[in-house]
Amino acid sequence: MEHYYDREHLKKFSEIGKESPELWDKFLSWYSAVFAEGALTEREKALIALAVAHTVQCPYCIDAYTTTCLEKGSNLEQMTEAVHVAAAIRGGSSLVHGLQMRTQVEKMEM
Amino acid sequence: MTVVKGSLLKRFSPLASTSEQLRILEQTSVPEFQSTLNRHGHSELEAAEIKIFQINVGKVCNQTCAHCHVDAGPDRTESMTRDTAELCIAALSKTDIPRVDITGGAPELNPNFRWLVEQSRSLNRHVMDRCNLTVMYVKGQEDLGEFLAQHKVEIICSLPYYQERETDLQRGIGVFQRSVEALKHLNSLGYGIPGSDLILNLMYNPVGAYLPGPQSSIENDFKRNLARKYGVQFNNLYTITNMPISRFLEFLLQSGNYEMYMEKLVNAFNPAAISGLMCRNTISIGWDGRLYDCDFNQMLDLPVGHNAPRHISEFDVRLLNHRRIVTGRHCYGCTAGAGSSCGGATT
Repeated sequence: MEHYYDREHLKKFSEIGKESPELWDKFLSWYSAVFAEGALTEREKALIALAVAHTVQCPYCIDAYTTTCLEKGSNLEQMTEAVHVAAAIRGGSSLVHGLQMRTQVEKMEM
Repeated sequence: MTVVKGSLLKRFSPLASTSEQLRILEQTSVPEFQSTLNRHGHSELEAAEIKIFQINVGKVCNQTCAHCHVDAGPDRTESMTRDTAELCIAALSKTDIPRVDITGGAPELNPNFRWLVEQSRSLNRHVMDRCNLTVMYVKGQEDLGEFLAQHKVEIICSLPYYQERETDLQRGIGVFQRSVEALKHLNSLGYGIPGSDLILNLMYNPVGAYLPGPQSSIENDFKRNLARKYGVQFNNLYTITNMPISRFLEFLLQSGNYEMYMEKLVNAFNPAAISGLMCRNTISIGWDGRLYDCDFNQMLDLPVGHNAPRHISEFDVRLLNHRRIVTGRHCYGCTAGAGSSCGGATT
């Protein structure tokens, strides 16, 4: 393996269940239920997953949910907006922590 | 997406040869289609009763779409003659096959297209025209919509997406805007309007190396967006999977997606899609009168086999009903996911 991330690992994802098949089965069952049509459509859930994939910066998830979004009928414009939502939350999260910085400065400065 | 500057034939591509396409398909690491059928408890695939008389009048087209399984285009010359068209009508008249499906290329550019429509309608058959929409702006086709409406022809229009970017990637620059104008014109004639008997359906296929999603969900997206942005209405949307043949095969190979796409088709194999496969209720007739199990087999030069009549001049519905279907690895395209056919999802 030349890189820490290997594209082939996504195809072998189920191998992680070998040592604990019951937990894997429970995970798969729950995972399938999460992404099934509910109050949100499958297309909306795939867009959320794509945004989260960018937040956790998982290349496997980004590949997988880019394909899923296209298959569910989303387009590049919608998918780009979803990534911006993820980026905005990350950016906002950093900025709001600035209040902690300011509080600390206020405490330390004369 | 691949930028297409002409048909495979015009560009002297090795893929213009069907034997080269079949060689690539046969060398793929995925299992043979027949072995997958066997694994799911099916023996040979057998046709049921023919319900659709599909006439492919030729490869002439005003567009050169990047995914075209026909390798159609303005440079192609293969076109059904009047003699062959007459053989089609003679054969049809001896049957009670209810539906005539006329395709191409752009079928309207065949000089016998309107005659075929008139004759089929006079035999009281339901007629479908697979229309690329922009053909309505080709010189001499200005009254096409009115002609189709007069004969109550169902129109099945190709439109891969409700936005310009995706549609033009697949079908060429400017196609989306002209398609929308054509749809508005068809709406003005009564096509696709609730309560009208003029049926306007859309054909969706993915703009890349992925499978179509749920038909009803995509139909809802199209209806909402086309109505909101352009005031366009239509009846139903059909999803169809891109077949790994001809120009879509070229795209898969050039983009490095071929093996992945074939694995995706095989992994999505759905045994429930087998009973509704279009080859089971369709006979496909080529521009030269040869008979095939489907339009995809036609484009791979795989004629009906197993001693069934092979030319429209020998057409015998009793011998063609319940014939054994010729299959290959491309057939995974019709059994993936919700199934795929010229009439959309099959499950």
